[in-house]
Amino acid sequence: MRYLPKSDSERRQMLDACGVASAEDLFAHLPEAVRLRRPLDLAPGISEYEIVDYFRQRAAENANEYASFLGAGVYRHYRPVLVDTVVSRGEFLTSYTPYQAEISQGTLTTIFEFQTMICQLTGMDVANASMYDGSTAVPEAAMMAARITGRRRVLAARTVHPEYREVLRTYARHQGMPVEEFGYVQDSGAIDLEDLERKIDDQTAAVIVQSPNFFGVIDEVKAAAEIAHRHGALLIVVFTEAVSLGILEPPADADIVAGELQSFAISPSYGGPYAGIIATRDKFVRQMPGRLVGQTVDTHGNRAFCLTLSTREQHIRREKATSNICTNQALIALMATVFMTVYGKQGLRELALQNAAKAHYLAGNLKPAFNGKFFNEFVVRAGNPEAVNKALLKKKIIGGLPLGRFYPELSDSMLVCATEMARRADMDELSQALRAPAVAEVLA
Amino acid sequence: MIQKVRSHPSQNEALLFERSSPGKRAWQLPELDVPAVDAAEALGAANVRAEIPGFPEVSEVEAIRHFTRLSTWNYAIDHGMYPLGSCTMKYNPRINELVARIEGLAWAHPYQPEALAQGAMEVMARLEAALAEITGMDAVTLQPSAGAHGELTGILLIRAALEKRGNPRRKILVPDSAHGTNSATAATAGYTVENVKSTATGVLDLEALARAVDKDVAALMVTNPNTLGVFEENIVQAAEILHAKGAMLYMDGANMNALVGIARPGDFGVDVMHLNLHKTFSTPHGGGGPGAGPVAVKKALEPFLPAPRLKRVRGKWAYDFNRKRSIGRVRAFYGNFGVLVRALAYILAHGGPGLRNATVDAVLNAVYIRKQLEPYFDLPYPAPNMHEVVFSDERQAKLGVRTGDLAKRLIDYGFHPYTVSFPLIVHGALMIEPTETESKLELDQFIDAMISIAKEVETDPEMVKQAPHSTRTSRVDEVAAARKPVLRWKPA
Amino acid sequence: MYPENFRYTKEHEWVQVEGGIGTIGITDHAQQELGDIVYVDLPKPGTRVEQGRSLGSVESVKAVSDIYAPVSGEVTEINPVLADAPEKLNEDPHGAAWLVKIRLSAPGELPELMTAADYQAYIGAEK
Repeated sequence: MRYLPKSDSERRQMLDACGVASAEDLFAHLPEAVRLRRPLDLAPGISEYEIVDYFRQRAAENANEYASFLGAGVYRHYRPVLVDTVVSRGEFLTSYTPYQAEISQGTLTTIFEFQTMICQLTGMDVANASMYDGSTAVPEAAMMAARITGRRRVLAARTVHPEYREVLRTYARHQGMPVEEFGYVQDSGAIDLEDLERKIDDQTAAVIVQSPNFFGVIDEVKAAAEIAHRHGALLIVVFTEAVSLGILEPPADADIVAGELQSFAISPSYGGPYAGIIATRDKFVRQMPGRLVGQTVDTHGNRAFCLTLSTREQHIRREKATSNICTNQALIALMATVFMTVYGKQGLRELALQNAAKAHYLAGNLKPAFNGKFFNEFVVRAGNPEAVNKALLKKKIIGGLPLGRFYPELSDSMLVCATEMARRADMDELSQALRAPAVAEVLA
Repeated sequence: MIQKVRSHPSQNEALLFERSSPGKRAWQLPELDVPAVDAAEALGAANVRAEIPGFPEVSEVEAIRHFTRLSTWNYAIDHGMYPLGSCTMKYNPRINELVARIEGLAWAHPYQPEALAQGAMEVMARLEAALAEITGMDAVTLQPSAGAHGELTGILLIRAALEKRGNPRRKILVPDSAHGTNSATAATAGYTVENVKSTATGVLDLEALARAVDKDVAALMVTNPNTLGVFEENIVQAAEILHAKGAMLYMDGANMNALVGIARPGDFGVDVMHLNLHKTFSTPHGGGGPGAGPVAVKKALEPFLPAPRLKRVRGKWAYDFNRKRSIGRVRAFYGNFGVLVRALAYILAHGGPGLRNATVDAVLNAVYIRKQLEPYFDLPYPAPNMHEVVFSDERQAKLGVRTGDLAKRLIDYGFHPYTVSFPLIVHGALMIEPTETESKLELDQFIDAMISIAKEVETDPEMVKQAPHSTRTSRVDEVAAARKPVLRWKPA
Repeated sequence: MYPENFRYTKEHEWVQVEGGIGTIGITDHAQQELGDIVYVDLPKPGTRVEQGRSLGSVESVKAVSDIYAPVSGEVTEINPVLADAPEKLNEDPHGAAWLVKIRLSAPGELPELMTAADYQAYIGAEK
């Protein structure tokens, strides 16, 4: 087998050196009761070419060459070619966690740059070297807020991504952290501040909002911060569309930012792997989960980087750790770092403006269901969204996300997203389909 | 004599922000085919940010040089062996990278209609089935994103099952040889942790276990082989003790590389376990992640698995969201699909017989290293080892040299260090796992290096304590990094 | 080496009592075992502590150690020096790098603790 670099004669030599008669004797000490005495019921190994064939066939069974207006937490953005060039280097791809700083300065330096750029983007003081994804960054942020405030209750806006809220509930249930939700305003699609004011109390550890929110609306972060802080709670701001930070004011009023970087050259890849981040204020750094890279010097006084504040982590603190998390999404974070490097200060702004232009063009031909300002996603009434999408598929267009599965009150609506990749002709087709007579009748 | 080629040219490279200057660019977008918008008008003036302060501006050439130069400062599997215990640093097959990037898979959106996602769903179903066969379990969830995530999922499954019986219980037992993640996970799941001592031979102490298992114990979390690389010979009896008291057996699958094709956890009493696809199944570590930590369960726990589950409906794949007993989601969407593709490609490449052969080679390599190094390093637990072996620095410590120093000297010989100071039940541990993808030549070079270092300790211990000597960066000041953390670049 | 007027615990804390107020620290043996101290986590003044329960922790790069209260009482003062200069704990653990001061609630606990001679013997035996 091409991955096993020993010849039979070498195996023989090694067995002899160990004083072992046959390879099977290496397992002779295992109790008979545990031994598998039949071959694994799996087909024999196949060649490289057959493996490619297998996956090409599977890929052909997915959508290919469809225009898509799906967003909802996963976004189609151009991936600069440099991203794969860099991450395909064996030194990055096949290296381990940088515990041995002397031979990991490549990884450590790029993570330090990543941490810096996330701080610059979000307006926070410190950022960690990434969580699994945005959805798991949210409960981590909530647990962090609980540790800091000594309180247990969490208030999450209904306009936070529905699957993120599900994950929050799964984690919170076992931490003795009651999670309650507050609603949104019918006409703007932004959070209902009065509902928040009614529900918050002096046991609330954190208020969680998302901006742009799940409906694409730029939400009332400042106002939420004022209410949260007045009650001694922390404000956690979530983002799922990182490109929005190229043009939108960062959440400077947040105490903790929990976000998803998939938009930064991370392939949609049917849901993962992605990279989540947590960023916060300096004063909360010791309560942050996840790996952190710090600047230091070596014995010659040269600048160097190393993992630091490790005593927060599971391998040292064990049951008192800030989290059980062990990995960080280093390679994915590197993709995002290369993306941010390629676009840079001006490029990211330009990219964000193009997104806004495309989405606002599309919205101009439709009637968004909410009047709140939006970035590159918005909700539109569609009568029967599933029927509209079915018709669109015939034109090789995947329409927006029907919202009924997450918001029963919006089952006549869909969430559409137009990024810099959206083409005018496809947007016009989408508008046509949504304005088609059958739909118009239902809306009238 | 040091035989390996040095891996890093002595290249200097500043940070991106220090190479940046206004107006340099590496990007170009197509012209808009729709009218441009005025930011303030479209987004609301109060919502528009000023420029991102300090964000870099560099050209494409500078970008590629920057990252290429930085990459040369890393050690990697592509360079040579990583003898890191319990990390299973095996070769990352490049075919896996190619197939994960096929457009229909790489650009698939998790919310695209099921009819247009059949290929992705088939991949996941096939992987679930293969992992179930390998582990001897009944059902698999691919949602967890990493080993620790899988562990948490597994413990939540146990909690849900016990809750349904009327009492989730309060304690989880963890052997004193366990990885810290196990304790942290138990705490996150709302359990308190109690340690169970190992015997003098380094395995689970059945008497201690029997004493510790009461009606308050939900489960024992065990790694098998354990962190000494030794098979838990009492595992079947341990499972019986737990089951008799209504508790469950959780297995941390970090060391599955010793068992694939040889023994199946489902056959020796495990109720629930996680796997590390970035260990046993060759997906790349990439400097620290991503990974994937699928969880495999016995039938009794299947109803509690995270939703949705895959099911066949009229000859096609569909998602079943109607899972009333599910513990809920542990992450958005379906899992680290890109990692799952790579793991399946690995399984397809080896096939059933091939996977077993890999295990045999993995164990042979570790036993070979043990035999060659036993004369030079103290072996605290002499039981037969499997895919990894644990020495202690006892002999060298008498001359003032500790395991950490030996590890740093190993770098001068062109190898990444082994796992230092773990497991904690060994004082000054050297935990070595070669994996099956190391040739005899590489193993002999490693063995020669370790023997040479053992001799250097006797003749020149100070030199060993100052190692590494040949790297671009010498030992870093971790104390200063922790006392006054500097966690981002700032302009002067 | 180990001041006669201090009392010591098995967990390597010391306490020195004067006028109902106990000054608490960790011993020289403890700071040696921990290595370079990078951070000290102390409770706020006003916190009630219980003998034998953790009142905070001391961190080195690779390890964290709980600090267990040698006596019960209420925290009156914490040492301001350690926030910016945790390394003082390595330099002067019995003097300038005291950790907290406590108003004792159960002075009867004090005689149960080890004397300097007992502690010296204890750490000698530990080795």
